[in-house]
Amino acid sequence: MANHTIATNVYVSFLDKKGFLSWFLTTDHKRIGILYLISISLFFLIAGTIALLMRFELLTPASDFVSPHTYNVLFTLHGSLMVFFFIVPGLAASFGNFLIPLMIGAPDVSFPKLNLASYWIYLLGTIIMLFALLQPADTGWTFYTPYSANTDADVILITLGVFVLGFSSILTGLNFIVTIHKMRAPGMTWHRLPLFIWASYATAILQLLATPVVGITLLLLIAERSLGVGFFDPAKGGDPVLFQNFFWFYSHPAVYIMIIPAMGVISEIIPVFSRKPIFGYKAIAYSSLGIAFISFLVWAHHMFTSGISEVAATIFSFLTFLVAIPTAIKVFNWIATLYKGSIELHSAMLYALGFIFLFTIGGLTGVFLGALAADIHLHDTYFIVAHMHYVMIGGTVMGFFGALHFWYPKWFGKMFNESVAKLAWFLIFVGFNVTFFPQFFLGVQGMPRRYATYPEEFQSLMSLSTYGSWILGLGILIMTVNLLKGLFSGEKAPQNPYGSLSLEWQVPSPPPLENFEEIPHVTDWSYGYGKKKEVDA
Amino acid sequence: MTWIPEAASNLAGKVDGVLLVITLISIFFFVLISALLIYFAVKYRRRREDEETPYITGSEPLEILWTVIPSILLILLFVYGFVVYKEMRTPPKDSVDITVTGKQWLWTFDYYNGKKTLNELYVRQNIPVRMIMRADDVLHSFFIPAFRVKQDLLPGRYTQLWFTPTKIGTYDIFCAEYCGTGHSAMLGKVVVLSPEAYDIWEKGIGVDDGAAVASLPPAELGEKIYKEKGCNACHSIDGSIVIGPSFKGLYGRTGVLEDGSSYTADENYIMRSILEPQEEMVQGFQPVMPSFKGILSEDDITAVIAYMKTLK
Amino acid sequence: MEESHGHIHHMDPEVEYSSSKLGMWLFLGTEIMLFGGLFAAYAIFRAKYPEMFLESHQELNREMGAINTCILIFSSLTMAIAVTAIQKGKRKMAGLFILVTIICGLGFGVVKYFEYSAKFAHHIYPDTNIFFSLYFMMTGLHMIHVFIGLVVLGVIMVLTFKGKFNEKYSTPVEMGGLYWHLVDLIWIYLFPLLYLVG
Repeated sequence: MANHTIATNVYVSFLDKKGFLSWFLTTDHKRIGILYLISISLFFLIAGTIALLMRFELLTPASDFVSPHTYNVLFTLHGSLMVFFFIVPGLAASFGNFLIPLMIGAPDVSFPKLNLASYWIYLLGTIIMLFALLQPADTGWTFYTPYSANTDADVILITLGVFVLGFSSILTGLNFIVTIHKMRAPGMTWHRLPLFIWASYATAILQLLATPVVGITLLLLIAERSLGVGFFDPAKGGDPVLFQNFFWFYSHPAVYIMIIPAMGVISEIIPVFSRKPIFGYKAIAYSSLGIAFISFLVWAHHMFTSGISEVAATIFSFLTFLVAIPTAIKVFNWIATLYKGSIELHSAMLYALGFIFLFTIGGLTGVFLGALAADIHLHDTYFIVAHMHYVMIGGTVMGFFGALHFWYPKWFGKMFNESVAKLAWFLIFVGFNVTFFPQFFLGVQGMPRRYATYPEEFQSLMSLSTYGSWILGLGILIMTVNLLKGLFSGEKAPQNPYGSLSLEWQVPSPPPLENFEEIPHVTDWSYGYGKKKEVDA
Repeated sequence: MTWIPEAASNLAGKVDGVLLVITLISIFFFVLISALLIYFAVKYRRRREDEETPYITGSEPLEILWTVIPSILLILLFVYGFVVYKEMRTPPKDSVDITVTGKQWLWTFDYYNGKKTLNELYVRQNIPVRMIMRADDVLHSFFIPAFRVKQDLLPGRYTQLWFTPTKIGTYDIFCAEYCGTGHSAMLGKVVVLSPEAYDIWEKGIGVDDGAAVASLPPAELGEKIYKEKGCNACHSIDGSIVIGPSFKGLYGRTGVLEDGSSYTADENYIMRSILEPQEEMVQGFQPVMPSFKGILSEDDITAVIAYMKTLK
Repeated sequence: MEESHGHIHHMDPEVEYSSSKLGMWLFLGTEIMLFGGLFAAYAIFRAKYPEMFLESHQELNREMGAINTCILIFSSLTMAIAVTAIQKGKRKMAGLFILVTIICGLGFGVVKYFEYSAKFAHHIYPDTNIFFSLYFMMTGLHMIHVFIGLVVLGVIMVLTFKGKFNEKYSTPVEMGGLYWHLVDLIWIYLFPLLYLVG
């Protein structure tokens, strides 16, 4: 990739301007990315703390720390906050905003004002959510009817908050698709795009097409509670399973909204720290689109025991197996990239390797759940809880932490303490496995999920899981402190500490206000590491 | 500790077969991937800053290989899972029907022979049973881990599942679909009886009410009923209010009813509250308790009251 | 897709125009998905309760529905004329035709108001039965879109009269037009589905 000499005498960092309004009214994609990063991180820490409280209650079989109702509220909040406020906007909104224009060589996104509006809408959603905490719902994050239509707790506010967030998600996705189509620098052809961009593109398509469906579904649920509409109420001729169909039509693609950007991050980190081109670029790029497409056709695999017809169950089981294929392809490609590389185990790389390890477990246990006969036994047990967390924490959160450590110097112009980062990684990795691996066994033994109290036969594994959550919590705490400390007292970061070829590393750290002094001309892809053979050159 | 609950139905072994095959394939791929990951990370770790690496961008044969092999395996697993599922969904013609109703937070069983039980399902060894299921209020899910069967119960629609119990014993029934505050207390037992024991039970002599149980002192029998008939889902014995009032200190209490009149929780009031729970509601509680008419005998109720009296 | 060449910036009018257009079409796609959920519910429940749909739909006022359909189709036409006019630089004409479009939209709202009040007078509410749940949800959501459209067109009209748009720059007028056509299109599906069952 072409090198660009930046005239340092006119360099103004995007972080230089100070004051509340310079942030609140900013249309700079890098600053909006930071706003999202702060917001989602706060929600991650809040929802994570709630999870620790839940695990503490589950240390013993009886309900001795909180009442069953409070426990139900806790898991509802944990799920809703994690899913809708942290992980769905997550990487896409924070790193997507920061990286997309920088990686494609653009000064900003296509619609900077709309971008700011998306963030405000996100804020509005969070404010509604905070009001919803006054009388918190106890429905679980899936809001299944008829319970959600009948419970005394307030469901309208929390679903309204999620509904509003949906707009933010849609507008962000729209902005990114247009940006990737229209704002690429000259020479940045589709097949030279960094894989994070391909991932963001696939994610944005999902956001656009799936989010409106959950929007209308939650709107109908609100109408059910406020106007007495009865689409999901059997007493009025409605069908509670219809809600599940609608809900998963969104929420299954949403799983990929959460995971695909993390896959994009891994595809960026591994080549840089292996000093090797990514293996099978096109396969990885198109498998993102493939996953996005198939993800619209597998929603009913969440409903094999819900009372859907056998034919439907069979078709959805088959399609579910199909979605495993592009995912497997990615894993093999990442492993192949390591082959004959020059591998540096930087903390970001450790998170990437941790991702492959944990996500493989998450993916393989998904095969159990796709197989009809096995799913009947495992559905709605701790096996699901474990599988989901291996995909969401082992996958997305590992990707998120990897991205944080990888682009930290670029984004903030500072370095963090690498040894502490490695220690935190180790605690997180061990703590995570101690927390969630026993849950696979609990599930196989029949322990149902969402139980405030549980039979004594499960106590030893449940306690082990709780101990693990303490290690995991400690690891995340150390990581957070380390990253925050770096902001204030970290060394100044060089422009390109890891020798990456991607465009965002060819500008100073932190990037200048306008990103590029001059729009770059791209002549090669960003994975041209390693020595080409004479014949190839 | 065992890996998986004892296989106590005809279907369990088949489901375990599917689980086992997928587990073996998963372990193979997991070991393969993590071994390569660790091996590469160690073998190719960076030793010098200026190390040269080859420019490898892909390999079509490899990529085809690792697309095709998993695809074939996945399709085989799909077929295997489907074949067993098909059998799990097709009850034999000679099965006996038992109706299950799920209600927050109790299971009610109505038998083909006219019997009715609460939270305890009695089945005969080696006779196929078809459960016809319905929910009264919200979604529930009927789950017997030892039988490897699970099916949601829906309001306004029947669903079904079937199994043939193969081993005599008592096994857990869980509600697997979240159904509100008492979800984790919506537990039951399935009791698999030998043909002879089942005949005795069917003739109306409660298996539990055999000589041993009948000779229990009333308070102890009451405690047994409290635990087995689902009272504990909503009524605590430590004074905390779960759904209904705690049994602690309940006997003899006075207070105000929904309609403003006052009540004293004497034997008669408690009996009426068990048989017609909606009639005299105490202020501050929801009318959600089902009637135990036909489920608890007068002797049973006397025993429960005796138990309450011990909870001061 | 390869318009980006030379030293472009995001203020380049050509790129801005094509970006806005792509963005608008994507947005319309999400709108279709939004209504798609309701259309799916309609299909499911109509298959389940054909008699109820046939019986209940007779309570709806076909004439008023037909009038509203004509009003919206006409308003789409006037909007299209307004867009053509501004592309030729005829600001006044464009502004006037947007005004006509707005008046039609208001007229649609007035007719709908009478329809809704007639239903309420007959004690027909969203919770009467599934058909009326669908009727009120679908037409209600559509009505919200009409109101949003009226506000957007109102702003665009004022800006048009102020001379903000011309033959070189008319993106907002065109985007407003696209949105209005979508509102019209959805109604064209709603009318036969709700008013002309069977």
